[in-house]
Amino acid sequence: MTLELSHLTRRFAGYTALDDVSLQIAPGEFLALLGPSGSGKTTLLRILAGLDHPDAGGALLDGRDFLATPTRQRRVGLVFQHYALFRHLTVAENVAFGLRVRPRRSRPTRADIAARVESLLQRVRLEGLGSRYPAQLSGGQRQRVALARALAVEPDLLLLDEPFGALDAQVRVSLRRWLRELHEELGLTTVFVTHDQEEALELADRIAVMDRGRIEQIGTPGAVYQNPATPFVCEFIGKVNRIPLARGPRGLAAAGWTPGDDPWRGEPAQAVAYVRPEHLALDASATRNGWAAQLRHVYLAGSVAHLALDVPALEQHLEADIASEDLARLGLRPGATLDVVPRRAVIFPSVATGHVAGAERWVWERRQATPA
Amino acid sequence: MSATTGLRDGAWSRRVARMALVLAAVAFLVLFLVLPLCAVFAEALRKGLHAYLAAIDQSDAFAAIRLTLLVAAIAVPMNIVFGVAAAWAVARFEFPGKALLGALIDLPFSVSPVIAGLVYVLLFGAQGWFGPWLEAHGVRLIFAVPGLVLATMFVTLPFVARELIPLMQAQGSEEEEAARVLGANGWQMFFRVTLPKIRWALLYGVLLCNARAMGEFGAVSVVSGHIRGLTTTMPLEIEMRYNEYDYVGAFAVASLLALLALLTLAAKSALEWRYGDELAAHAPGGH
Repeated sequence: MTLELSHLTRRFAGYTALDDVSLQIAPGEFLALLGPSGSGKTTLLRILAGLDHPDAGGALLDGRDFLATPTRQRRVGLVFQHYALFRHLTVAENVAFGLRVRPRRSRPTRADIAARVESLLQRVRLEGLGSRYPAQLSGGQRQRVALARALAVEPDLLLLDEPFGALDAQVRVSLRRWLRELHEELGLTTVFVTHDQEEALELADRIAVMDRGRIEQIGTPGAVYQNPATPFVCEFIGKVNRIPLARGPRGLAAAGWTPGDDPWRGEPAQAVAYVRPEHLALDASATRNGWAAQLRHVYLAGSVAHLALDVPALEQHLEADIASEDLARLGLRPGATLDVVPRRAVIFPSVATGHVAGAERWVWERRQATPA
Repeated sequence: MSATTGLRDGAWSRRVARMALVLAAVAFLVLFLVLPLCAVFAEALRKGLHAYLAAIDQSDAFAAIRLTLLVAAIAVPMNIVFGVAAAWAVARFEFPGKALLGALIDLPFSVSPVIAGLVYVLLFGAQGWFGPWLEAHGVRLIFAVPGLVLATMFVTLPFVARELIPLMQAQGSEEEEAARVLGANGWQMFFRVTLPKIRWALLYGVLLCNARAMGEFGAVSVVSGHIRGLTTTMPLEIEMRYNEYDYVGAFAVASLLALLALLTLAAKSALEWRYGDELAAHAPGGH
C-alpha cells in the first residue's frame, strides 16, 4: 500500500502547522519525520491517524481517498508519546481493546482474542504481565504495551509519536534496536515522529526533515547527512561548523582559504560553508592552504576524539573529529598549533544580511569541486 | 547543651501543636455536626418511640417522603446528563462563549435559591410571562410537582459539572483518541474509556447533588405552594410541622431526612472501601 500525501496544509489560530506538505510513503517503509518542536511533524502524524484534518490537500492510499475514511476504519496503529494506555484496564485488556470493540460479526471469539493477546505480549516480551495495571509497569514496559495494543488490530500503517521520548537513555537505545528488528520481521509500513536526529539516522529507511510546517528534505539517512539540501538540515542534523565566506579577488574565501571557482559566477557577495567536524583535515607541521589553529581542548569519546580549535584568522572556534589513534600518532596536546583545512563542505549563497538564502547549494570536495 | 534541649523543645512543641490542632478539629466537629445530629434524634424520640412512629405513620409524611425521592430521582439523572455533557464540552473543546458557559454553570451557586424560585414563579406562574400560555395548554408548573423538579434542577445544576471539569481537563483526551484509533465508536469510547476514568468524581458529584436535591428548601419553598400531601417535600413538611408547634413530628421527619443523608454517606464509604485498592492503583497518573 502506497500512501501519497499531496499539498497538505493545516492552520491553527495564529500559525501554520503544516504548509503544503507532499510526501510518498512506500509499502513496508520505515519513515522518520524529524524536526524541532513546532515543525508540524506531530500534526502530520495526527492527520494520518485521523485525529486531525487538513485545511487543504489530500491523501491517497493505493488510489483511494484516505482522508475520507473515518478514523476507526483506517486500520492505523498509533502509539502515543505518553502511551495513553487505558489506566483502568489491565495490560491484557488494553491489548484486547481494539478487538473487543469490533462489531459482533467481525469480532474474534473470546478464546481467539485471548490467544492473540498472549502471542502479542510474547512478541513484545511482556509474557506473564497481562494481569498488571499500567501504573504497575516501567516506562519501557508501558511503551511495549502501547505497541502491542496498536499491533493487535493488524494495522496497515503503524504510527509512532516520539516512541522513545519518555524513556531514559539506556532503555532508549536497546528499545530502538529492538523496534528496528521488529519492523524487519513484520514488514509493516511505519511512520515515526522524532526530534532526535540520532534516532532518525539509526532507525529510518528514509527521513523527512521538517521545519516550520515544511519538509526541508526527504532522503535516506546517508543522503540527508552527507548532502543536506538546506542550511536548516545542515545545522539540525549532526554537528557542523558554520564558516562565512566573502567574495574577494580569488572568489569566495575565508581568511585566505578558498574552495576555488564557485558555480555562481560571481553572483553572491557572501556565502556560508558548512563543514562537518570529520571533514576538517588537520596537519601538525606543514602549512598549506589552511588556517593556523590552536588546540584548546580534546574531548575523548572512545574511538573518536572531538577537538576544540581556536582559529584567530576566522575569529571563531571550530570543532574537528579525528580517530583516537590518529590523535596519538599526531601527538596533539592542548596548546599545540596546527594547520586546519576543510576537505568537504556544503556551501550556500547568502544575502547581505548574513541570512542564508538556501536556494541552491554547492557540494564542494577537495581536489575536484562538484556542483550540485 | 542548649542545642539538644532546643531540639527536644522543638519536638515537644511540635507534638503539642499537633495535639491542639487535632483537638480543635474534633471539638469543632462534635459541636457543630455530631451534637446537632444527636439533638435531632433526641428531640424526635423525646416522647418515646411510640410517639415517634405515630408522627411518621401519617399519609402526609409518606407523601412528603415519596415526593422528595421522586424529585431527586428526576433531578439527579438530569444533572448527570447535563453535568457530563457540559464538562465534556468545557474540558475538550475550544469554542466562543466557553468562559460564559463556565460562569453560567456557577450561577446557581451565587444566586440565592429563593430568587431562583421567584424567577420561576415570575416566568411560569399564573400571572407570569408564560403562565397563561401554559395554562391554555393544560400545563401546570408552579405550585405543582414539575415546578419542584425545575427548582431543584436549577439549584443542583453545578454539582456534577464542577466535579468533572477540573478532572477532565487534567486527564486530557489522549485515551479517548487512542480508543478511536483502535476502532471504538462514540458510545464505546464513552462507556469503556471516559466513564471509568471519571467514575469516582462522577459518583462524588452525584452524591452531593442527591444530598442537595433532597435537602433543598429555599427555591422549592417558593414554587411549592405548600399543599399538604401534594407539593410538600420533606424539608417543607418539617418546616410546616415546626410552625404548627408539632416538635416531635418535625424532628421525626427531620431524623428521616438525616438518615437518608447518612445512608448516602454510608453508600459512598462502602464503595470506596470495596474499590479502594483499584482506586489506589489508578490514582498516580497511570499513563
